[in-house]
Amino acid sequence: MTVFFHEMKRGSQPLIICSVVVSFMLAAAILLYPQMEPQMSEMEGMLADMGSFSSAFGMDKMNFSRFPDYFAIECGNTVGIGGAIFAALTGISMLCKEEKEKTAEFLFTHPVSRCRIVFEKLLALIVQIVIFNAVLSAVTVLSSVIIGKASDLADMWLILLAYLILETEIAMICFGISSFIRSGIGIGIGIAVGMYFLNIISNITEDVKFLKYITPYAYADGAELLTNHYIDGVYLAIGITLAAVCAAAAFFRTAKKDIFC
Amino acid sequence: MNVLLTEDLTKFYGIHRGIENVCLSVGEGDFFGFIGPNGAGKSTTIRTLLGLLSPTSGRAEIFGKDILRDHLEIMSEIGYLPSEAVFYNGMKVRDILSFSAKLRKKDCKKEADELCERLELDQERKISQLSLGNRKKVGIVLALQHRPRLYILDEPTGGLDPLMQQEFYSILQERNKQGATIFLSSHILSEVSKYCSHAAVIRAGKILVSDSVEKLGHTGVKRIVLQGTDKIPQFAHISDPCFENGTAKFLYDGDQKELISLLADVPFTDISISDPDFDEIFMHYYKTEGDEK
Repeated sequence: MTVFFHEMKRGSQPLIICSVVVSFMLAAAILLYPQMEPQMSEMEGMLADMGSFSSAFGMDKMNFSRFPDYFAIECGNTVGIGGAIFAALTGISMLCKEEKEKTAEFLFTHPVSRCRIVFEKLLALIVQIVIFNAVLSAVTVLSSVIIGKASDLADMWLILLAYLILETEIAMICFGISSFIRSGIGIGIGIAVGMYFLNIISNITEDVKFLKYITPYAYADGAELLTNHYIDGVYLAIGITLAAVCAAAAFFRTAKKDIFC
Repeated sequence: MNVLLTEDLTKFYGIHRGIENVCLSVGEGDFFGFIGPNGAGKSTTIRTLLGLLSPTSGRAEIFGKDILRDHLEIMSEIGYLPSEAVFYNGMKVRDILSFSAKLRKKDCKKEADELCERLELDQERKISQLSLGNRKKVGIVLALQHRPRLYILDEPTGGLDPLMQQEFYSILQERNKQGATIFLSSHILSEVSKYCSHAAVIRAGKILVSDSVEKLGHTGVKRIVLQGTDKIPQFAHISDPCFENGTAKFLYDGDQKELISLLADVPFTDISISDPDFDEIFMHYYKTEGDEK
């Protein structure tokens, strides 16, 4: 597992920075809730009556006087975007950075198979995302306990689990793309943000509802999760399949391609 | 026994030629020089042998094993020094040496310490702080620390000062005497003539010649210097002509008796006929045989 531990060490700094930044935003949103709670019932009608804007963010289905509903929206904004960008950037650079930074010649001339290298890098990617989400979960629990909302955590676990799966899917899509390119920060951010907006568009109009089959934000939609209490199986299955196909592409492509340094 | 054997090894990058029908054989215990100008295909040949590039056609064996099928077994017994040694910037020299040893599942600490001492390389320095020459030293230690059977060295002395070059070749000669095979690419002809027992010349992706350095040095070509003459004689088989201050210099690769009779009609005050040095011989290969092909 030498490559795995090497990647964990290499990725530790971005992991710490992203965990601290997103945790801070998430904790701030949760800790502000007691101050906002009295006005929430007044704001509720206004937030639900903003037409397409309300639909886009699922606010028409939410009850903001309930803490889990408030958390679902805030979590969607912080973990949903911040976490997805972290996952995308980590995934998109995982394979291509070796050629971009010209270290591929060093790594690929050791007696380690290319598939083994891809496997250990993929494992490091997933473990980094799990650690990132474990930190966010710990911050959520701690902040919720501080504001006396620990009893609502049961609903929130499902949202956090959905975002963990979402980030893993985005990371694996980017990981697959990483084996075809030399540099792709823009592509990574584009995928994360693009998927987010696809979900918003599909919430606004029924005509493009099919977009929900593409974006992982469909199964991480807070309003749906709090209503149904489960992650939509169809969207999830499509997401897992897409992630598996991209990961498999990374194995095949890296095993066959010429390494240029 | 051949440690390295290639049969019509060919690599094209799309429509662009990398190497074409390269046939090489390197015996066990050889100190083999692979010579060619920039862009001739030296690095492409090496990277194909190491599995970084997949051959377009042809095949190659190392230790009698197929380079594609038995890649991992082969790589465990090869020490490779790339022409441009690049490593992970955030790491110390000690970390990168240890990382490489772990990838090989070997404990190379004692050997690494000895090599670093001989090459005057501080293991506590960060890779990002190293000069070009010191990064090359890291590459050398990485290629040597696991005591492989075959050393593949791509332009190994670039960036090293003359003293370090001498120390590096002294280490290589020790390893060679202990039975290791050395395959090094270079465009510095003097180091090939000084250290190598066999050599091959590559130009424009094709092998021009491959033989012992001794035989390559006896090509029948003569360096002629005529003093007190008025121009370069107009013979056949002349190359590399130069005329300056009444002195004509040229290489002659025709029949030597015919040369003597031709010179009888040329005015000169002094003549010198000698074997060309190694550099001249290979320049001759680069210029003439390459052009003919």
